[in-house]
Order: sequence, then structure tokens, then C-alpha cells
Amino acid sequence: MIHPFHHQKKNGPNEEGPLVRIEHVAIAFEKPVLRDVSLDIHRGETVAVLGKSGSGKSVLLKLIVGLLAPNEGKIFYKDKEITNMNEFGLMEVRSSMGFLFQGAALFDSMTVGQNLDLFLIKHTDLELPEREKKIIEALDMVQLKDSIDKMPSELSGGMKKRAGLARSIVIEPELILYDEPTTGLDPVTASSIADLIVSLQQQLGIASLVVTHDLPTAFTVSDRAMVLNEGKAIFEGEMNELQNSKEPFLHEYLAASQLDRQRHDQLTRDHQGRQQPVKTDATILT
Amino acid sequence: MAKDERSGNLVAELPEDAPAIKRWTSGLVLLGGLWLFSMRFLKTLARPPYEFKEIVRQLNAIGFRSLSLVIVVGIVIGAVLTMQSRPTMIKFGAEAYIPVMVAISSMRELSPVLISVILAGRVGAGIGAELGSMRATEQIDAMEVAALDPYKLLVFTRVMACMVALPLLTIIADLVALAGSWFVERIESGMALSHFIQTVINGVEFSDYLPGVAKTIFFGFTIGIVGCYEGYNSKGGTEGVGRSATDAAVTSSLLIILLDVLFVKVTLMLWPY
Repeated sequence: MIHPFHHQKKNGPNEEGPLVRIEHVAIAFEKPVLRDVSLDIHRGETVAVLGKSGSGKSVLLKLIVGLLAPNEGKIFYKDKEITNMNEFGLMEVRSSMGFLFQGAALFDSMTVGQNLDLFLIKHTDLELPEREKKIIEALDMVQLKDSIDKMPSELSGGMKKRAGLARSIVIEPELILYDEPTTGLDPVTASSIADLIVSLQQQLGIASLVVTHDLPTAFTVSDRAMVLNEGKAIFEGEMNELQNSKEPFLHEYLAASQLDRQRHDQLTRDHQGRQQPVKTDATILT
Repeated sequence: MAKDERSGNLVAELPEDAPAIKRWTSGLVLLGGLWLFSMRFLKTLARPPYEFKEIVRQLNAIGFRSLSLVIVVGIVIGAVLTMQSRPTMIKFGAEAYIPVMVAISSMRELSPVLISVILAGRVGAGIGAELGSMRATEQIDAMEVAALDPYKLLVFTRVMACMVALPLLTIIADLVALAGSWFVERIESGMALSHFIQTVINGVEFSDYLPGVAKTIFFGFTIGIVGCYEGYNSKGGTEGVGRSATDAAVTSSLLIILLDVLFVKVTLMLWPY
């Protein structure tokens, strides 16, 4: 069965090239943030951008959606250069992108349902009953159907991320950009968000770019990865190549993340252990 | 000078050891930024459709919720002005002109300016803090990314609401100031309400009333645009939110007082005594 949100593959010239092409991009504020970064994102694949805090990962996302303009280099979306596009052109490009912000960025004054509805009102000509159906479908996919009338302030961190994700997918984007999707969440919730990203990916076949410094999440969700260090791409390739890399920084980064991962697994096991019913004398006897 | 990547506004680039120049330059940059931000308002005004529902919601938040404050301030203006001027007016044998004096002072200057300055604190700071916190929590970025127009949705609606609310609140303040004045007169001299009203109607001209109310449209614009500008361009997370709120209140109050000088001059040119 084809999921209602699943993108039908269309034949056309755009089908051949990458969905997003970043060519030798550089940007500096007070000091260089990104230097000569290039990356292709193809339809249906998930690419992780890894690196320490301040390595320019989130800036890369803002460049792709046109919130920032690079000092050097070019960015293409569906073969169209967006580097110096005007606001109206960017609006059209952005209408086929979803963006999950680090703090979800839900609009405080609206309920979860209204947050999703605003996007549908602006991007579609659907009537209210159809919009409601789409909102419920999107919230159902992130297991948040019962929170449709809740205000963002009533949601936990994990629920906010899921609501933000529902808002990103409700307009049926071709590309979703995730900015630190698991940061600030406990290991169990982080793992559930990562699983959700994978399941959405499998159901919808959307291209995704996941910016994270959380290696377990990157390994769970991604096909390929790029690692940034001080604004430079020091690795780009498959996830298994990343694991076997001998590059000193990567080695150090992976070792530190491995420790984190062990801690994460231990915490998950502890949590699951606590969820098991405790065996009492009575249950042992029976 | 450099251009801020996000807002497109001019940003001063000066060495750290030039605080005096920096202060002056940042003042000019602020004025330049406000000018560009205001021009964008005119551009948006020329591009319907408008978010009427949101304008009404803001009108409620900005106007209706300020009503009790405006009523209290208005009564105090009228009552205090009457109490303060009464001894002097008696000394000159002009006691009968107290209602007219209070009405003209209140309508021409005191109500429009005082109400606007007080609302610059309440509304301007509120808008600065609200938009600043939306910037800090990336809600404005989320709107831009979603191809929603945050200027039209957040700035235009709030500025329009301020421009409608301020004149209405000033009219209310004028009326309650007269009520406050009559109340004091009633206690002090036993003046009848009908006599008080008749004296005011006979003594006040259209040119006393119209400019006072008309200038509050511009004061409303100032409060809205400064509050939105400070919040929209807020930087530095939660610390920046506080700074935006304070700057919005201080800058809009100062601009209202400076603009008032200009409006008084224009009023005197159009309706000379």
C-alpha cells in the first residue's frame, strides 16, 4: 500500500541530478565558519553532517534554506541555483522543504493542530475537512494524535520534536533538514526520535539531511555522512567507511562518541530493566 | 559598515576602543535600520491580502488590555491638572475657565503624549520581548523556512493594531480626563455637570481636538515599529530578549517626545492662534 504522504516518482530532467548540490561553499562571520564545503544530497537518501559544536553544521542548514547567503561557492536545489535568489524565489524553494529546528520552534500562541494547519493554509488550497484529515495523518505518524489541541507549553521536549516533525512532513516536502534532532533529550527519547526519522524515511522516501553531534543517531538514521572540523569537510562517505577511518580527528571523535554510545546503551538497558515487572516471591513460587 | 546577513540591516564595524564613536554610530545605524524597516511596512501595505484576523487579535491584546491603565491615567490627568491649576486660576479670577483649560491641555498635549509614552512602556516592551523570544526560539526562522512571511504576519499586524488602538485610547483618555476634572470641580466648587460640559463645548475648537488625536496614529506607528524592530533583530538568546524589551521602551518613548516637538510646530503652522 502506498502511504498517503509518499512521493510519487516523477520523470523529468531533475530526476537525474542530485536534489541538493553544494559547491565549494565558504562563509565567514567574525571568523571563517565554513571553508570550501561541497556535498550532494540525492533523492531518498539520508545524509548526516557530524562535527563538534561550532564546526558550522547548523550554518550549512541555514545556507541550504537561504536564511544565510555564502560568501563563496554555489548551492543548487533541483538544478536551480539558489545562492543569490530573491525572497520570492526562495519562498517557492522553501515550500518543498521541511525543517526540524533544534527546539522544534513551534508557534507558542497556537495549538499543535493550528501549528500544522498554518503551514497547510499557506501552501495548499485544501478545504478545512481535507486539512484536518492531513493534520491527523501527520500527527498519527509521529504518535501524537491525542495532542492535537494541546499548546506547545503543555508538551515535553520529545513531544515538541515530534510535533515539529509532524509540521515538517504535513506539507509533503521533498527534503527534510534536521537540526540536532536528539539534542537535549534523554537517551530513550533520543533513540525513539531516531527510530521515528528512519520510519518516516522508509514510509515517505524523502531526502534528509541530519545535522547532529550524536553519533548513535547518525548511525541509526543515515546512509552517508560528512564530518566537519573547524569549518572544513574532513570526511565524506558511507557510514561503514567512517567507522574504519584512520584520520586522527575522526578517530578521536569516534572514540569519544563510542564512550557516549556505551553510556547511552547502558542507560537504555537500565531504563528497560526498570520497566520489567519485578519478580516477587509470589511470582517465583507460581 | 557591513550588512547583517539575516536582517539585511546595516551594522557598525568599529574597534572596541572607540566607545563614544560606537555609541553615536550605533544610534545612526538604529535610525537607518528603523527607516528601512518602516519602508518595508509601506511595501507590505501595498501588497494585500492582510491578516485581518491577526490584526483584530493584536488589537485586543494591545488596545483592549490597555484600557484600564488608560482610564486610570486619564482620570488622574484631569483631576491633578484641575487641582494644580485651581489656586492660580482663582488668583487671576479665571476660575470659570478651568474646564476649558483642562480640556485644551489634555486634548492637545497631555493625553496623547502621556498615553503614548506609557503605552511605549507597556506595549512596545511587550512586543519587543515577544518577538525577541520568537527570534531566540527560532520561531521567526521557522516562519521564513516555511515560506511564511514573518514581517506580514508578525510586524505588519502589530504595527497596524498600534496605529488603530492609540487614537481610540487617546479619545477615551480625553473623555475620562474631563470626567476627572469635573469630579474635582464638583467637590471644590459644586459645579454642575451640564455647566461643565457646556463650558468645554463653548471653549474647545476642532483644531484643539483633531491634531492631538491625529498625532497618536504616528505615535502608534512608532511604538509598533520600534518594538517590532528591536524584537525582530534581537540577538543573544534570552539575554537579548530583555535587551530588546528595554530598548523598545526607551527608544520609542524618546522618539515620541522628539516627534511631538515636530507635530506641535506643524499644528501651530496649520492652525495658528
